[in-house]
Amino acid sequence: MKDHGFLVVAVALDQPETARPWIEAAAAAYPCLIDRVHHLADLYNMVNVPQAVWIDEEGRIVRPPETAGSMDAFRAMDRKTFTLPDEVMAERNRVKTQYFDAVRDWVLHGSRSVHAMNATRAAEKLKLPDPSIAEAHARFHLGRYLLREGREAEAQFQMAEASRLHPDSWAMWRQAAAKDTRGLASGPEFWRRVDALGSRYYYPPAEIDDAT
Amino acid sequence: MITILHEQRETRLPDAIADGDELWLDHVAIEQATGWSWKPEGLCHGDVCIPLPRAQAGQVTRGGRLNIAAMWRHSGQPVVHDTASSVWVLGSGATQRSAALATLQAPEFTLPDLDGHLHSLSSYRGRKVFLATWASW
Repeated sequence: MKDHGFLVVAVALDQPETARPWIEAAAAAYPCLIDRVHHLADLYNMVNVPQAVWIDEEGRIVRPPETAGSMDAFRAMDRKTFTLPDEVMAERNRVKTQYFDAVRDWVLHGSRSVHAMNATRAAEKLKLPDPSIAEAHARFHLGRYLLREGREAEAQFQMAEASRLHPDSWAMWRQAAAKDTRGLASGPEFWRRVDALGSRYYYPPAEIDDAT
Repeated sequence: MITILHEQRETRLPDAIADGDELWLDHVAIEQATGWSWKPEGLCHGDVCIPLPRAQAGQVTRGGRLNIAAMWRHSGQPVVHDTASSVWVLGSGATQRSAALATLQAPEFTLPDLDGHLHSLSSYRGRKVFLATWASW
């Protein structure tokens, strides 16, 4: 992939101490960056992980932020055994393969790939922030800073305000939420929020066109 | 000591004056904390100048200082601070973020890796970049 002038840039919307074991285990040849205050989410109006943006050789966005290969399979999970039904596993693998096949197609064919959007389509697909989202990012930034300063109560207040202003951001909510022994914000409150989505997605599908 | 966070800048200003929702900075501090310049025509960055609001002139400038918090809100951008008014975030507005995204030029950023080395998106120009987020949480 490198020979095709392609580079993965992985950004952890995370703290260095919790991201470190994953980065060290991956031992990736590409840049693995740390974004403590979720600046990237502020700049690109991102709301969850994994989301990805495709950027061409001239620095233009050819696919705006979207879910990168994940789907809502986990919502069908048995919440005691953490297992998934076989057919859901199969669908999850299909979605992941389809997305990464699209990435490979772009790597090989560049702007001729059906998956690289022209400016009109990319602009249509962009989701733009509103003033509540902008304020949420400012409060989240303040909250992360205050936490590092050891001002826990004030920090949590600011991050809760951020989540209230920007309820669609799972990144803000999960970063601030209590974690289980696996380091995941997956307690009862997480599932309550997921269930409250109803028919809305946790990972909105990336809408990959059929290339054939 | 006042700390101002703006985009990826973190600036400590011993001489800044904060009073509730007001944040008074001189020319040098404004430039340091935000990259914007306070000029006779207004608050300027590159070719862009935001004129000071005339009607509230007294509330925005005083003794060689500008109430940057008021100016920031005047330009439609979020300003938040802690209860002690000692840590401030001069955020970026939805209009400004949206305008930047709508150009489809990928917004520039600089972030560290685990060793603290800084990486800028612009340094990868000439290659296709698959910019992906992840997290442990």
